[in-house]
Amino acid sequence: MIYRECGVFKANYRADMAIFPIPLDRWGVIIILFIAFVVVPFSASDYWLSSILIPFLVFSLAALGLNFLTGYAGQLSIGHAAFMAVGAYISLILYGRYEVPLLLSLLGGGLVTAAVGAVFGIPSLRIKGFYLAVSTLAAQFIIQWVLTHWEWISGGVFGTVDTPPMQVFGWPIDTPVKKYYLVLSVVVPLTIFGKNIVRGQLGRAWMAIRDMDVAAEIIGISLFWNKLLAFTVSSFYAGVAGGLITFTYYGAANIEAFNIMVSFHLLGMIIIGGMGSVLGSFFGGGFITLLPIFINQFAHAFGTVLKTDLLACLELILFGGLIIFFLIVEPYGLARLWRTGKDKLRLWPFPY
Amino acid sequence: MIFAIEVAIGGLLVGVMYSLVALGFVLIYKSSGVFNFAQGDMTLLAALALVGFLTIFPLWLAILAALVLMIALAIAIEAIVLRPLVARPPLALFMATIGLGFFLQGIGQGIWGTDPKGLDIGISDIPFKIKGLLISQFDLAGGALAGGLVFALVWFFQKSRTGRALRAVSDDHEAALSVGIPLRRAWAISWAIAGLVALVAGIMWGSRLGVQFSLSLIALKALPILILGGIDSIPGAIIAGLVVGASENLAEVFLGPYVGGGIQTFFPYLLALVVLWFKPYGMFGREIIERV
Amino acid sequence: MGRCKNTGVAFLLLILVFGFTFPPNPGQAQEQYVPCLIYRTGPFAPGGSGVGGGWEDYMELINMKGGVNGIKYKYEECETAYDTARGVECYERVKPKNPAYIHPMSTGITYALLDRSVRDKIPLVFMGYGRADASDGQVFPWAFTFPTNYWSQNTAKIKFIAQQMGGMDKLKGLKIANLHIDIPYGQETRPLLEKMSKMYGFEVRHFPVPWPGIDQKAQWMDIVRRYNADWVINRNWGVSCTVPLREAARLGFPRDRIVGVWWCGSEEDVLPAGPAAKGYYSANFNGVGQDFPVIQEIIEKVYGAGKGNLSITRVGTVFYNRGVVTGIAMDEAIRTAHKKFGVKPVTGEEMRWALENLNITEERIKEIGAEGLMPPIKTSWKDHEGGGWVRFQQWDGQKWVPVGAWVAPMREFVREEVEKSAAKYAKEKGITPRTSEALK
Repeated sequence: MIYRECGVFKANYRADMAIFPIPLDRWGVIIILFIAFVVVPFSASDYWLSSILIPFLVFSLAALGLNFLTGYAGQLSIGHAAFMAVGAYISLILYGRYEVPLLLSLLGGGLVTAAVGAVFGIPSLRIKGFYLAVSTLAAQFIIQWVLTHWEWISGGVFGTVDTPPMQVFGWPIDTPVKKYYLVLSVVVPLTIFGKNIVRGQLGRAWMAIRDMDVAAEIIGISLFWNKLLAFTVSSFYAGVAGGLITFTYYGAANIEAFNIMVSFHLLGMIIIGGMGSVLGSFFGGGFITLLPIFINQFAHAFGTVLKTDLLACLELILFGGLIIFFLIVEPYGLARLWRTGKDKLRLWPFPY
Repeated sequence: MIFAIEVAIGGLLVGVMYSLVALGFVLIYKSSGVFNFAQGDMTLLAALALVGFLTIFPLWLAILAALVLMIALAIAIEAIVLRPLVARPPLALFMATIGLGFFLQGIGQGIWGTDPKGLDIGISDIPFKIKGLLISQFDLAGGALAGGLVFALVWFFQKSRTGRALRAVSDDHEAALSVGIPLRRAWAISWAIAGLVALVAGIMWGSRLGVQFSLSLIALKALPILILGGIDSIPGAIIAGLVVGASENLAEVFLGPYVGGGIQTFFPYLLALVVLWFKPYGMFGREIIERV
Repeated sequence: MGRCKNTGVAFLLLILVFGFTFPPNPGQAQEQYVPCLIYRTGPFAPGGSGVGGGWEDYMELINMKGGVNGIKYKYEECETAYDTARGVECYERVKPKNPAYIHPMSTGITYALLDRSVRDKIPLVFMGYGRADASDGQVFPWAFTFPTNYWSQNTAKIKFIAQQMGGMDKLKGLKIANLHIDIPYGQETRPLLEKMSKMYGFEVRHFPVPWPGIDQKAQWMDIVRRYNADWVINRNWGVSCTVPLREAARLGFPRDRIVGVWWCGSEEDVLPAGPAAKGYYSANFNGVGQDFPVIQEIIEKVYGAGKGNLSITRVGTVFYNRGVVTGIAMDEAIRTAHKKFGVKPVTGEEMRWALENLNITEERIKEIGAEGLMPPIKTSWKDHEGGGWVRFQQWDGQKWVPVGAWVAPMREFVREEVEKSAAKYAKEKGITPRTSEALK
C-alpha cells in the first residue's frame, strides 16, 4: 500500500533509464540526502559526527570500491586495506609536502592507488577463486613493507606522515561538522558515480565475468581490460577512502591503521551488506564499523555484574555470533533483506 | 656454505610446522568446500583447552580431553553453522568462518584468560650437531609428527571407507547424497579431523611460542603454502610447506640485506604468484575444467 | 526461519537502543573523571590489562583513602582492542565528560590523537611509548612522555652494555644486532643507534622481523652464525618478544647478551619461553615485585575488600607495577594542580600546567611508599620527559631481579635529537614552537 509502483508510466527512454524509476524511491533518496546534508550537521553531537558518521561513511566508500571488484566482477580480494594505506600516504604527501590542494591530493592519492591496484590485478588474469583471494594478500604484505621501508614515503624515523592544517578553497576544515561535510561531499558524488558505473556497460561486463568468465569472453567481453579495470576502479575508491579517513579521522598516516584485520573487515562489510549492491556496501559498512561500538556500549550496561576482561571477550563472542546469525538469516546480505522488506511493503496490508 | 645448508634445514623443519596448520585448511576444503578461516582460532582454542586441562589432568588425559572438546566443537559447528548454510554461496560460508573465528577467540580467552602460558611437552630444545650443522631436536620431532600425520591422512582418504565417502562428498554433494552417504556426518567427521590437526598444531606451536593469542596468527603463514600446494591436496600442503619454509629463510638471509630485510612474510606470496601463473591451481591442486 | 529473523532484528534494535540511550553524560561535580582506554583481548592483552589494572587499582586505593584531597576518582574503561579506529571512537566518547588527561595506551592511537588533544585541550600522556620527540614541550605542548622515552632508553641500553663489558671504551669494535619488529614502532630507534655507533665505535646492524614475528629463524641464524653479534637488542612486542629467547637457546646464544625493550620485559614475555629465558636482561622504568609499601597497601586494602581488578597473582608483575606508577604519577599531577588552582575536579588545561610543573622528588616517592618503584620525575615547559631514568632487570628463571642502580640516559644527546626531530615535525605541521611557558 505504502510502497507502490502504481502510476509509473515510462514514456521515454530517459525515464526508463532513471536510477530510481519509482517516485517513492526518488523521494526517499532526496529525503536521506536532505537529512544527511542539513538535519544531521545541526542535530548530531560532535561524538556522533566525528566518531560514528565519518568512519561509517568512509568505510562504506571503501566497501563500495571492494564491492565493484568482488561483488560485481567476482574477483575476491583480501588485501584491500593496503590500497587504502597507499591512498592515505600519497594524498597526505601530496597535500603536506607538495602543497597540492586538498581535493586534488585526494584525487591524486586515488589515482596512484588505482595504478598500484592495476599492477596487483594482473594475477587475476590467470588465477581464480580462493587462489586469487590468497594471492591478493601479497598486496597487503608487499605494500605494507614498501610503505615502511621507503624513506621518501615514511619521511623518517616514525614511519608516519602528518596532516598539516586542512583547508579547501581557503576554508579551514577544523571542526567535526566541516570534516563531516568534506566526507559527505566526496562520498555522495563517488557513490552516484559508482551507481552509474555498475548500471552501465562496465558494470554489466563485470557481472558477466562474475557469472562465468569463459562465457563472457566468448560473447566478446575482454577479460583483460575489464578485470584490470575492476581492480583499478576498486583501488581508486579504496585510495580515496584511505586518504579521506586519514585526513578526517586518523590525522596521521600510520601503517598500523591499515593492517590485515581492516582488510577482513572490508570483506565482511560487503558480504554481510550484500555482494553486488551499492546500498549493501553502506549497510555492511554500518554493520561492521558500528556494531562493535554498540556492543561495547551495550555491554557496559552489564559492567557492574561482569568482570571487565570477560566483557571484552563477550564483545568478541557477540560480534562473531551476530555475523554468523545474519549470514544464516540472509546469506545474500542485508541488502537482500531490505529488498525482501520492500517487496512485502508493496502488498501490505493485503498480502495474497 | 655450511651456513646456507643450516638455514635451509632450519627452514625446511619450520616449513613442516607451517604445513600442520595448512593441513587443517586442506582437510575442510577438501571435504566440504569451505575455506575455513577459523583454522587459526581453532588451533588457539585447542592449545588453550589443553593447557587448561593440564592443570587438572596428566598429559595424556589432557590431550584426550582436548580432543574430545574439538570433536564436540566440530559437531556443534556442523549443526549450528554449516547446516543452515548448505548450498549457500561459498563466500557466505567463508564469512561465517571469519565470524566463527571471532566467536572462538572470545570463548577461548574468556574461559582460559589472555596471559600467555608455557607448555612443556618434554621435547628438548637443545640442538645437536652433525658434521658442524646445528639441528634442533624439537624441530625434528615436529617434522616427524607432521610427516606421520600426513601419511595417516593420505591413507585415510585413499583407503578407508569413511575417507572415500568424504572424497565423494567433496566431489559432488548431491551425487554423494544420492548414493546414500550421510552428508552431515561426513562434514562433522571432516571438521573433527581438522580439529585433531588443530590440536597437534596447537601443541607443537604452543610449546614453541607459549600458548597465547598469537597462535591464531600462524594461519597467515599457512595461506601461501595452501595456494602453492593446492587448496585440496594433502601431500601438496607438506611439499609446499617445505618449499616455503626453506625459500623464505634463504631469501631473508641472502636477499634481505640488499633490500633492507623483513621480506620473509611476503616472499612466499611472491613465490606462490610465480608458480600460480604457470599452474593456476597450485602444484598439486585439482584443476577445474570450465565449460560454457 | 521467520521467527528467527524477527528475534534477530529485535536484538539488533535492542543494541541500537542501548547505543542511543547511553549518551555520554557529564561527570558529577566533585569527582575526578578518568577514562581508561584499555585492551583486554587480542595479541597484546597482557600489556593492556596489566597496565590498566595496576592504574585502576591505584585509583581505587586513593578512593578508599578518601580521594585526592577529598575528590574521588570516577574511572571508566573503554575497550580499544588495540585498534586505532576504536581508540579514536573511545576518545570521542569520553571527551564530553571532560577528562583531565588521556592515556592512549597504543602507539597507533597516540598518533591519531595528537591533533585532537591540541584542539580539545586535553593533555595526552604516553608513558614509555608513542613518539619520542614529543618530549619537546616547545612543539608538543599537550603531549607528555615522562618518565622516559624510547630514545633515552636506547642510550641507556648502550650505557648498560658498556657497564656489562667494563667501560665505555669497551664498546669499540662490539657488534650489536638491533632485532626489531618491522613496524614504525620497531624502526623508530634505528637512526639513533646508528649515530651512537659512530660516536662510540661499535658496529650495529638491523634485523627487521616482519609482523607478527612468530618465526624468527632466519634472523637468528644470521645474527648468531653469520654476523656473530656480541649483543642483541630485542625491540619487539607481544609474541615476537618471546620467540628470540627460544631461538637464542636453540642456537646456543647466551641469553645474558640480549637486552630487551621495556615492552619485552614482562613476566608474560619470558614465562612462555620456559628455561630458555634465564639470564635475559630487559629495560624497565618501574620496579618489580610486591615488596613496596604501596603495593602492599593495594593488596591489603583493595584486594582485601575484593575490589582488585586482576587476579592477585598478577599484582607485582612488571606491567601491573607500571600501571601503579602511571597511577602515582597522574595522582601527583592532580595534587600539583590542586595546589595551584584549588581543590576541585581538574580540567584539561589545569592538568597541562600541572604536568609541566610536575616534581615528584625522592622524598615524595618515599612518602607514597614507592621507593625503587619509580624514578623521580621533574618536568618543565620545555622538557616533557622529566628525567628519562631507566632501570635494567634480569630474569633469573623465576622472577625479575633489578641489576644495578637506575641508569641515566645520555640526556644532552637525546635532547638534541628530540629537538631536531620536533622541529621537523613543527615544519611539516605548520606549528610555531612556543618560546615561553605561556601558550601562544
